[in-house]
Amino acid sequence: MSTAVADTPKPITSRKDPRFEVTMYKYVGVENAWTLDFYQSHGGYETAKKVVTTMQPTDVVNEMKRSGLRGRGGAGFPTGVKWSFMPPDDGRQRFIVCNADESEPGSCKDRYVLEDDPHQLIEGMIIAGYAIGATKGVIYIRGEYYLAYTRLYDAIRDAREAGILGDNIFGSGKAFDLILHRGAGAYICGEETALMNSFEGLRANPRLKPPFPAQAGVYGLPTTINNVTSIATSVHVMSKGADWFANMGTEDSKGFHHVQLSGPFNRNGVFEVPMGITYREIIYGLGGGPKVEAKAFIPGGSSCPMFPFTDEYLDMPMEYASVAKAGSMLGTGGLILIPKDKCIVDALYNIVRFYAHESCGKCTPCREGVSTWMPKMYQKLLAGLGEPGDLELIEDVAQNIRGRSFCVLADACIMPVQASIKHFRHEYEYLIEHGEPMYKQKSWWAEE
Amino acid sequence: MVELETVTPFFADKQDVLDEILGRYPEYGRRSAVMPLLWEVQRAERHVSEARIEEIADIVGLHATEVKGVMSFYSTYHEHPVGKFHLQVCSTLSCSLAGSDEMYDFISEETGLVNGEVDREGLFSLQKVECLGSCTTAPVLQVNDTYYENVSKKRCRKLLEAMRAGELPEPWRARSGDNAGIEQAEVLGEGSDV
Repeated sequence: MSTAVADTPKPITSRKDPRFEVTMYKYVGVENAWTLDFYQSHGGYETAKKVVTTMQPTDVVNEMKRSGLRGRGGAGFPTGVKWSFMPPDDGRQRFIVCNADESEPGSCKDRYVLEDDPHQLIEGMIIAGYAIGATKGVIYIRGEYYLAYTRLYDAIRDAREAGILGDNIFGSGKAFDLILHRGAGAYICGEETALMNSFEGLRANPRLKPPFPAQAGVYGLPTTINNVTSIATSVHVMSKGADWFANMGTEDSKGFHHVQLSGPFNRNGVFEVPMGITYREIIYGLGGGPKVEAKAFIPGGSSCPMFPFTDEYLDMPMEYASVAKAGSMLGTGGLILIPKDKCIVDALYNIVRFYAHESCGKCTPCREGVSTWMPKMYQKLLAGLGEPGDLELIEDVAQNIRGRSFCVLADACIMPVQASIKHFRHEYEYLIEHGEPMYKQKSWWAEE
Repeated sequence: MVELETVTPFFADKQDVLDEILGRYPEYGRRSAVMPLLWEVQRAERHVSEARIEEIADIVGLHATEVKGVMSFYSTYHEHPVGKFHLQVCSTLSCSLAGSDEMYDFISEETGLVNGEVDREGLFSLQKVECLGSCTTAPVLQVNDTYYENVSKKRCRKLLEAMRAGELPEPWRARSGDNAGIEQAEVLGEGSDV
C-alpha cells in the first residue's frame, strides 16, 4: 500500500478565507449568540418573517428543490423533494420534526448549532413548517445534549414571548409552535420511525415502511422529518436564494457541508466547507495533516466504509456520487482518521460493539447477527483464539445480514466490517495466524 | 396484618411542573410525557424507583410495566441510584483513538469501580457509554449532565480530586476550527502552520 505524499495544498475555506463565507456556523462559538437579542440584532427571523408573510408554501418548496440541498443527516435525500411528499391538506394536524438525535460516531456538527445558535434552528423550523403546512413542530434532541436542551428550551420560550412562535406568528394570523422532546440515550432514535415511536412514549423500535412519515408519522399524522443541519440550511437558502446555494459545490452535490475531524489530526474541529473540496484539502489544509502516520479514513461517520489513506482516495472530491462510486457514503461528514499503529481489527471491534449495543433487537439478522455473533467473533480473534475459517465465517455472516434487516442499523455495522476486510485483510489474517495483532495497542492518551 | 409502606408521590407538591410537562403535548399524545416525567424524577433522585414508575404510569394512564418497558429501552435511565458524580466515559472510536480506554482504566483504578458500579458512599458511579458527540474534542468524560472535553491524564486526575472534595468544576468546552467563533478562528492559508 502506498502512502500518500504529504504535500500541502492551500486550504480553500475557513472563516477568514475570502473565497468562501461561513454561513450556518457564522455565530457558532460566539458568546451570547444563543440569545434572542443577539439573534435578532444580527438579522435573525427576518427570513422566516419574509417567508411566512409574503410567500406561498409551494414557492418555498420549489425554492428548496431548486437549491439542490440534500439531507445532511447521512442519507442525502433531497430536502425539497421530501417536503413535497406531504399529502394535500385534509384538515388533519401535520407535523414537522427535527431529528436532533445526533449520535453517529464521529459526528458533532449539530451539537454546536443547538448549543450556540438555537434560534437559527427555530427559524428553520418555522420555514419548514410553513412550507409543508404544519402548525406544530417537534425537536427531538438526544438526552446527553443537556446544555443544548436548556439553551433550546430558553430560546423557544423567548421566541414564544416575542410572538415569533404561537398562534399569530409575526402578526400574520398564522400559527406555529414547537415541542422540545429529550431522548435518553439510544442511537436507534436517529432512525426516523424509531424517533417517532420514542417521541410518542413507546419503545424506540423502527416502524415498517410504508406507510412513510408523510402519510402516517407522529401520532399517525402527516409528518416530515429532517436533520438539524438541513433545517438550519433552509434559513440561508430562503434568505440568499436557491441560486446562491446551488452555485456552491459541484453539479452532483450543491452547497456546503460540515466536516468534523476526529482522530490523530494536528488540528481537530468542525469546518464548514463547500461541496467538492477534496479529502486531501480537508485532511491537510484544514486538519493540518495526520499527527502520526495514517492508514485509513472513514469519510462520514462510523457507518461509512473506510478508505485506505492513498492518493486515489485523498484526491477524491467530497460529493455524493464520487464517494458512492468509490464504495462508501458521504454520511454526516464525520471524518475519522485511523493511524497506522491502530490494529484495524480492534478499530472495527469498537464499531461492531457500538452497533451491537445499539441494536434494538426487533429483527433477527440484527439481533442475532449484529448484536450477538459479530462482537463474539471479533472477541475471539482479539483474544488470540482465531482459527482458519473464522474470517470467512465473519464474511459469511456479514453477507447474510446485509440488506436483510428491518432498518439500516445492521447495514451500518456490516458495511464498515466488509470494507475493513476488503482493504486490510492482511491484518485479519496476521491476527488469526499469530494470535496477536500486527499493530500492538499503544497509549493514545495525552499526559498533559 | 401486613403494614404497607407509604410513599409520598413525587409530583404531590409539583403540580406546576406536572402541568407544564403534560401541557407540552396534544391531548391525544399524553403518553409522550413518559420520557420527560422519567427525566424529572431521575434528576431529583438519581434513579427512578418502582414507586415512581407506578406514579408516572398513573399520570399518563398506562400500566407500570409499560412505563418500565420504555424506561429499560434507554441507557440513561437508572433503576438504582447512581453516585453523586456519575462518571460516563465515552468509549466509541474517536474517543478510543484519543485514549478513552486508558482513561476508563485510570478512573476505574482511582475509584475502585468497574462499569456499572456505584461506590459504598454513593460518591462515584462509573458507566461506559457510547458516542457522546464530542468527537473532535476527544476524549470526553460526562459527569452527570456536564461535558468535560479533551481530558488528558493530568486533567482527569484534577477532576477526580475536585469531585472528591465535593465540587463539580465548570465544564471544559474545547473549540477549534469553525466552531471556535469569529475572533478565535485560526487563520488558514497564508501564514498557516501547515
